[in-house]
Amino acid sequence: MENIILFAPLVGSLLCGFGWKFIGESAAMWVATGLLFLSAALSWVVFLTFDGVTEHIQILRWIESGSLSTDWAIRMDRLTAIMLIVITTVSSLVHLYSFGYMAHDPQWHEGESYKPRFFAYLSFFTFAMLMLVTSDNLVQMFFGWEGVGVASYLLIGFYYRKPSANAAAIKAFVVNRVGDFGFALGIFGLFYLTDSIRFDDVFAAAPQLAETQIAFLWSEWNAANLIAFLLFVGAMGKSAQLFLHTWLPDAMEGPTPVSALIHAATMVTAGVFLVCRMSPLMEFAPEAMMFVTFLGATTAFFAATVGLVQTDIKRVIAYSTCSQLGYMFVAAGVGMYSAAMFHLLTHAFFKAMLFLGAGSVIHAMHHEQDMTNYGGLRKKIPYTFAAMMIGTLAITGVGIPLTHYGFAGFLSKDAIIESAFAGGTAYAFWLLVAAAAMTSFYSWRLIFLTFYGAPRGDQHTHDHAHESPMTMLVPLGVLSLGAIFSGMLWYSSFFGHADQVGKFYGIPYAEAAAHGDGHADDHGDDHATDSHAKDDHGADGGKGKDKHHYVFTGQPGEGALYFAPDNHVLDDAHNVPNWVKVSPFIAMLAGFVMALWFYIWNPSLPARLAANQRPLYLFLLNKWYFDEIYDALFVNPAKKLGRFLWKRGDGDVIDGGLNGVAMGIIPFFTKLAGRAQSGYIFTYAFAMVIGIAVLVTWMTLSGGAH
Amino acid sequence: MISADLTIILPETLLAGFALLALLWAVYSSKDKAASAMVWLTSAVFVALAGWIASTGGGTQVAFGGMFVDDGFARFAKVAILLSAAVVLAMSEGYMSARGLLRFEYPVLVALSAVGMMMMVSAGDLMALYMGLELQSLALYVVASLRRDSVKSTEAGLKYFVLGALSSGLLLYGASLVYGYAGTTLFSGIIQTAQSGHVSIGLLFGIVFLISGLAFKVSAVPFHMWTPDVYEGSPTPVTAFFATAPKVAAMALFARVLHDAFGAAISDWSQIVALLSVLSMFLGAVAAIGQSNIKRLMAFSSIAHMGYALMGLAAGTVFGVQAMLIYMAIYVTMNVGTFAFILMMEKDGQPVADISALHMYAKREPGRALAMLILLFSLSGVPPMLGFFGKFYVLRAAYDAGLAWLAVAGVVASVIGAFYYLRIVYFMYFGDDNTDGLDGGKSPVLWGVLALSAAIMVLGIGNMFGVEAAAALAAASLVN
Repeated sequence: MENIILFAPLVGSLLCGFGWKFIGESAAMWVATGLLFLSAALSWVVFLTFDGVTEHIQILRWIESGSLSTDWAIRMDRLTAIMLIVITTVSSLVHLYSFGYMAHDPQWHEGESYKPRFFAYLSFFTFAMLMLVTSDNLVQMFFGWEGVGVASYLLIGFYYRKPSANAAAIKAFVVNRVGDFGFALGIFGLFYLTDSIRFDDVFAAAPQLAETQIAFLWSEWNAANLIAFLLFVGAMGKSAQLFLHTWLPDAMEGPTPVSALIHAATMVTAGVFLVCRMSPLMEFAPEAMMFVTFLGATTAFFAATVGLVQTDIKRVIAYSTCSQLGYMFVAAGVGMYSAAMFHLLTHAFFKAMLFLGAGSVIHAMHHEQDMTNYGGLRKKIPYTFAAMMIGTLAITGVGIPLTHYGFAGFLSKDAIIESAFAGGTAYAFWLLVAAAAMTSFYSWRLIFLTFYGAPRGDQHTHDHAHESPMTMLVPLGVLSLGAIFSGMLWYSSFFGHADQVGKFYGIPYAEAAAHGDGHADDHGDDHATDSHAKDDHGADGGKGKDKHHYVFTGQPGEGALYFAPDNHVLDDAHNVPNWVKVSPFIAMLAGFVMALWFYIWNPSLPARLAANQRPLYLFLLNKWYFDEIYDALFVNPAKKLGRFLWKRGDGDVIDGGLNGVAMGIIPFFTKLAGRAQSGYIFTYAFAMVIGIAVLVTWMTLSGGAH
Repeated sequence: MISADLTIILPETLLAGFALLALLWAVYSSKDKAASAMVWLTSAVFVALAGWIASTGGGTQVAFGGMFVDDGFARFAKVAILLSAAVVLAMSEGYMSARGLLRFEYPVLVALSAVGMMMMVSAGDLMALYMGLELQSLALYVVASLRRDSVKSTEAGLKYFVLGALSSGLLLYGASLVYGYAGTTLFSGIIQTAQSGHVSIGLLFGIVFLISGLAFKVSAVPFHMWTPDVYEGSPTPVTAFFATAPKVAAMALFARVLHDAFGAAISDWSQIVALLSVLSMFLGAVAAIGQSNIKRLMAFSSIAHMGYALMGLAAGTVFGVQAMLIYMAIYVTMNVGTFAFILMMEKDGQPVADISALHMYAKREPGRALAMLILLFSLSGVPPMLGFFGKFYVLRAAYDAGLAWLAVAGVVASVIGAFYYLRIVYFMYFGDDNTDGLDGGKSPVLWGVLALSAAIMVLGIGNMFGVEAAAALAAASLVN
């Protein structure tokens, strides 16, 4: 079954990409889409029936080279199962959505065939992404990692007639190379240290790595920390974390379904997946994890600030994605991988929906993307409006505080913020809360600018705004279900008590008989946890939460995740003070009210504020000047060097040298040789005599000397 | 004893006898009327002799006290000489009879020069060497001026003769020096003198002069200057002959003298040969660029090719000799085909030698143009044609012998040389369409030779039709 899930998209991609000339365009597209829906259905079956025990499904022998020996195999555990449903569900819905969205693309001339190519790329991407998440070893993962990179490149540059799309595709590719370099170094390092690239061997070796020192660059490092850091550099590239984030907003040049699938739901979360997958190693790398937390929180904050002032609807959502990925990394960084995966799952639903909704708006507005030209669209496109509303409620985290009822984002985001507080990093906690407020602000700003107020921009466009076809609305509907219910459904599995989480992920756990160390002290104010328990498990009466307390006891590599014995974040997160639990909600409310004030009650305020605080506004509008700094630091010097090597090196030295030889020196000698051929015997005889004189002289000097 | 000697030189004797009988018979009977038949007959005799020599057993036999050596090396060279001479004769017949050039002396002279060449490659003594060389040369001088009423042809013959006499003088001077310092003219004796102690300076002088004389025969720079004029002036079939069999003979003689007589002084002559090689390669490549007459162009081309063959020789190793033999075999095959093409270049019954006449030739004669294209690619050493492998062998031999600089020079020269070969290809396929093209040239023999030669260039990649192994055996029998 897993094989079918994995290879159906590949088959679809090949059939659609190469076979459409034989079976026709729409048949090809339906084949690709149908196979993906098959894949998605099977994924859900796998996810719901999975019992948490890690399985290895061998596909073929792959590499045999010296001590490097590995299978091509599927590692089937809870992490994989989660990713399977995320990827195949979103991908199949995006396939369906693309029927409507790509139907009449103004980028192409009449009669040009672009749709099968688009579907083939989408399916190929899905295959590569599945390859990544099902991998049983690091090289296989790297293969998928690069595969999604290629697919991303192809899809960002899908409108290859647009120079900006080409530039964005190249930018995405190049920036990702930086991250991939770190990832590759990490893989090399692991192979060097453990002589294996299989996850099982690597995980088993993690405790030793923590005690190994390794020389790298100028210094000695702790091996676990170094490797974890290098792997995280790879994750930074793929997941667009600060410093390597610049490609993600530009990637919005691609068609909107691509943004929904690749740049919101799946590929960009590969970095989070990587960190979670490597949790047995990460647990032994505290300094690296501190860095992950720090960078994740900073990214969440940074991207949210930039999102405040962007006017391109897709860019707002792109920065929002960047910010939400920061949340996930914070969760992983403090050791709460499960919460990271939880947010990954819910985020996939509501962010894909936001993108698809934005796509629907763009579709309705004839490919106008600037929000300042929208306004008052809720009557024109009611279904899209409803979907966007649900997505916004989900991303901003609307729910009933101190209970577990709310939209998906409410549960997962709060889980992260609580973990961040419990993980003991005030920095991360406060940045995340601030980011939550800003998330709420820019999300509501998007809604208000798009759907409320008076229509702005081209009147003609507004008059012809129309609701999207069913192929686009159905995916929105399905995803909105996920955005509403996925958080409540799986809260206890991802962020419940240790026994629930352990069961979900297949991690061994045991009842903590005498947990006396450290955190027993704050066990006193445990009533919050208890109330959770009652909410969660009203039906599950078998376990009295008051007395039973569970801890994870697995060894590295057992189960899908690994929690070190001293990792109490899950427990602590449930026991944080109430003000902490409520803080994200308050932040959300604050953001909402601010947005209401700025864009409904007093629409002239934003412009005045921007004028008053011009430097700050420009700073945010220009994304903290990252692109400009990178241009000055890297891009322009590289271009200059390239230009120098091209003009001076290639043009002058190589071409010039060859031209000089071929058009100057050799013709000169040709002329000379022609002149020597005088036709007179005495010249010829003279040449012979000279020749022999030279030979004899040389022989005397060299040969006769010894 | 004498009968054993005579058995060993039986092929040479038979060929000489055939030449004399044919001459007598023709003089006293039908004269030029029988010329056509005589050409075919001679050609057939060549092929028969080549078959016979090739099929006789291995081993080394020595006749007349070491003056005549019959070994694998000599047999390889003789087969190459006889076969190429046979093909060239077959190619000449139609061309010459059409232009009233076909005289009965022509096949006789070619046969006599073939006897001389066979003598050369079997020489085991300076006397035998000179005898063979002169027999060959005298015949060639006459053939060069076969077209008695043409100023160019007679001029070519005369130039060849005068300069050849000068080179013979140099060679003789070298031979006498060698004799003076070695006390013997036998190669086997000379090599012992050299082995017993260091090579005396007199002997070195002798070597230099001998090499100069031989370099004239292979037309290596700076003893090459006769080549373009003679190639241009001689009737084209004669040029084809000059470019093939005598080159093989002279190169084989070169190798025999250097290894049999001076095998103990490799380091001394190797640098001279390397110098001649590099000069020939570069001059051949550079000077050919300026040529518009295809016969002169082929003259410089052959100078360059002799440079490559000398590169194998300069290595001074068994593999070097093998590489040289392979190179010569491939060279001869390519040249035969190319000259078959040149012989077909005519307009209104008149031979044309200007390469500008080839503009858009491919449009009119796609088959021939393609065959010529293969040959030109092969001549310039483009893989996967056979010519590339010839170059590859000599370059490897030079590199293995520590002459990496020579190999590099060879590669550079071949890049330069590629220009003029490819220019012909350019003319044939992409040139102007408004020039007057060639016509005629419908000879099936020539077309056959051209196609066969081109086919060999492509099909020989696998095993070179056994030439590689035969050359290895031949080289092993020479160097020991």
